Amino acid sequence: MASIEIKNIVKQYGDGFPAVNDVSLDIADGEFMILVGPSGCGKSTLLRMIVGLEDITSGDMIIGGKKVNDLAPRDRNLSMVFQNYALYPHMTVFENIAFPLRLAKMPDDEVRRRVTEASDVLELKDHLERKPANLSGGQRQRVAMGRAIVRQAEAFLFDEPLSNLDAKLRGQMRTEISRLQRRLGITTVYVTHDQTEAMTLGDRVCVLRKGKIQQVASPRELYEQPVNLFVAGFIGSPPMNFLPATPKGDRLETPFGEIVLDQKRAAAVAGHDLLLVGIRPEYFEDASLVDEAKRPLGSVFTARVDVTEWLGDSQFAYIPYEAPESIQTHLRELSRELDAEELRTQAIVSIDSTSRIREGREAQFWLDSRKVHVFDPETGDNLTRDAEAGAELTRMATQDRVEQIEEVRAASVGAA
Amino acid sequence: MRFLFRPPAHEAAELLSLPWDQPLEEWDEQLLLEVPQRGISRHVVRFVASGRHVYALKEIAERLARHEYALLSHFEEEGLPTVSVLGICVDRPGQQEAILVTRYLEYSMSYRWLFSSPRAEHSAELLLDTMVELLVRLHLAGVFWGDCSLSNTLFRPDAGALAAYLVDAETVERHPTLSAGQRRYDVDLARERVGAELLDLQFGGLLPEGIDPITTAEGLPPRYEALWEEVTAEQVFGADEQQWRITERLQRLNDLGFDVGEVELITSPEGARLRVETRVAEPGQHRRELLRLTGLEVQERQARRLLNDIVAYRAWLEQKTGKPVPEPVAAHRWLAEVYQTVMAAIPPELAGRLAPAEIFHEVLVHRWLLSEKAGRDVGTEEAARSYVANVLPRTPPEVTTPSVIAGRATGR
Ligand SMILES: Nc1ncnc2c1ncn2[C@@H]1O[C@H](COP(=O)(O)OP(=O)(O)OP(=O)(O)O)[C@@H](O)[C@H]1O
Ligand SMILES: Nc1ncnc2c1ncn2[C@@H]1O[C@H](COP(=O)(O)OP(=O)(O)OP(=O)(O)O)[C@@H](O)[C@H]1O
Ligand SMILES: [Mg+2]
Ligand SMILES: [Mg+2]
Repeated sequence: MASIEIKNIVKQYGDGFPAVNDVSLDIADGEFMILVGPSGCGKSTLLRMIVGLEDITSGDMIIGGKKVNDLAPRDRNLSMVFQNYALYPHMTVFENIAFPLRLAKMPDDEVRRRVTEASDVLELKDHLERKPANLSGGQRQRVAMGRAIVRQAEAFLFDEPLSNLDAKLRGQMRTEISRLQRRLGITTVYVTHDQTEAMTLGDRVCVLRKGKIQQVASPRELYEQPVNLFVAGFIGSPPMNFLPATPKGDRLETPFGEIVLDQKRAAAVAGHDLLLVGIRPEYFEDASLVDEAKRPLGSVFTARVDVTEWLGDSQFAYIPYEAPESIQTHLRELSRELDAEELRTQAIVSIDSTSRIREGREAQFWLDSRKVHVFDPETGDNLTRDAEAGAELTRMATQDRVEQIEEVRAASVGAA
Repeated sequence: MRFLFRPPAHEAAELLSLPWDQPLEEWDEQLLLEVPQRGISRHVVRFVASGRHVYALKEIAERLARHEYALLSHFEEEGLPTVSVLGICVDRPGQQEAILVTRYLEYSMSYRWLFSSPRAEHSAELLLDTMVELLVRLHLAGVFWGDCSLSNTLFRPDAGALAAYLVDAETVERHPTLSAGQRRYDVDLARERVGAELLDLQFGGLLPEGIDPITTAEGLPPRYEALWEEVTAEQVFGADEQQWRITERLQRLNDLGFDVGEVELITSPEGARLRVETRVAEPGQHRRELLRLTGLEVQERQARRLLNDIVAYRAWLEQKTGKPVPEPVAAHRWLAEVYQTVMAAIPPELAGRLAPAEIFHEVLVHRWLLSEKAGRDVGTEEAARSYVANVLPRTPPEVTTPSVIAGRATGR
């Protein structure tokens, strides 16, 4: 297993367009790194340069301390998982996992050792002598993973591996990949455009936009302390709401009334004219359902609800608002860049599923002002980001990972 | 439900009555054809006959079906050796996956049959060479296959040799050109898959004794590199040897089964540099010529063989009549008097085991053998009789091409 260091990597295709533009990223040994971003942001190109499928225009690719720029894919000893999971009908599950080693002429006892170990991790032990014909969908996928495991590659690489599976199997495999990565402690790079996959799988997530890194952080840091509008808008589902806001002393004037800012954030936005305030759906609540203790921590406003959506365990309300033309233009551009649906100036707010708020009526909402962020619409910068708080979130995630890997390694030493 | 297909596709109409709303797995056996020697697959793939045609139906996610449909259509336009796609069926009820419909590649054989064939003349070497030629052709066209395997390649006998066709484009990526890394990766995937497929045959007791799966698979990358080098290498030579060097190179490429699109020659005082742009399309010069003269559609090597026989027949006619015979007349008479006589000698129960042109080729080979033994030319008619009685029956009935079986069932 190995670390992957990406140093000032540039990829220009034939037409001179930089698909990846000066990207530097350190992926630690054993880390699960996600590359995410909208279509065309360069995530697949970056992965392909790690694998050796694309020539690197400039910069260095270092795997396990060794520069691999000029190495053929095979000599990098990486494993692209799921690229092929053809199952061979006359071979047992054991042989279906073992064949890459057979082709490499590995001695029998070593083959047996590796396959047995992999089948332990994958819970395929009881099936090893069976033929693959009667395996379930999930078991088939695990045989494919077994092939990747027995190679003992430096890292696992995945390029949108779940996009062709049905929803049920996709959820199942997501859990499986995550569990496996933890148990093996193997460095993993995973490309997806699906932010739910990104948030649930990664130790850290690298958000790309037009070939450039926007932010590399733990899922929680991305969610709570995004560096800019792009990251804030990309991460989270339903997405963050962006409302026009004008600073007035320690307050912001918005279509949903005045929002009070703490001193630090008020200072950060002072001197600006028209800004955007970003509020996640779950920072709202039906005002009648907020307990008294919490109420003073936010503000209350009245608005007309366009549509409500009741999902059983949760409920969303859609509230239209007015925005000046300049803000609408910025928001339209953002949603186009994010591959999002055509933007409508309406907020999506999450309310308790027991709320009696109804469509077409006026209602009172409460808004938690502690966690809102304020963005400069021109530069996209998050003016209120708390870098220290963000770094702390990522530090905590890293610590969790290191502890988990140490546990696994200790356990396997103990077992050996 | 929605059907997408590209005209002309008269046949598409014949297919509309099939039960597209049902899972392919559950279709009535009556509608389906068994193809015993088909390759292994992850998706449900089944075969149907409709009218005089046979189709392969594959149930697959809509995104992939559309991807494969678009790619196969382009490949066909470019003359790349692939199966021909008819269309797709999407928006099936109950969130079912799409179905991709391709035209069955008649007289094709899968590796499973080729290896377990009692006529073991198709050696593993020949199979690998054919596959490597296909891979080189695809790579020249900027096609990254991503799943080159024996199952995903169909083989057709072609005048004693084999011709290879791509059958599964699910994982294909199209690029303007491929990087060395992409080509190597693709070759490495192919090596691994061929190795696994041969091991599988061995486990199933289907692989002849003398073939070692691992060594055979290891032979693939060097063969590929050698052919790629021959096809793409730049040559440098002295000005005085220009003429024959160019001729030699073009001849060599033709022999390898490639046509040349453009030749670039850069001269300088030190000598000349020769670069050739190899055409990716299957070579088709003889095929077109035969089609023009006789209306027969066959493969390239077969066409060359048949054209040679027409030339010989014309010479014989001219000698007999003592007058010049125009080429079209000779071709016409050859078709009626030679080719069709041979075809007429094939009894219905042996029909469809090999393509007619391949049978003709084998009759010519047989005629040569008989003549040598007899010390005289036995003639095509006698050779055909002997061939049908003694040689053709050795090709097992399982390989009878599905459209002939379907035609039998409906009395056609
Ligand atoms: N072979 C190529 N030649 C020229 N341009 C290319 C090539 N491959 C990709 N590009 C361009 O490089 C940019 C990045 O492509 P890439 O496939 O890495 O993006 P992506 O984020 O993975 O997108 P998607 O999610 O759509 O796969 C895009 O603008 C794309 O059009
Ligand atoms: N048009 C065709 N003509 C002849 N045979 C065909 C055709 N289409 C499919 N087949 C046969 O069916 C088999 C399976 O088809 P195909 O490879 O497309 O399925 P798949 O599920 O995508 O396979 P894989 O597991 O390799 O992804 C092939 O190996 C081939 O033998
Ligand atoms: Mg296939
Ligand atoms: Mg396939």
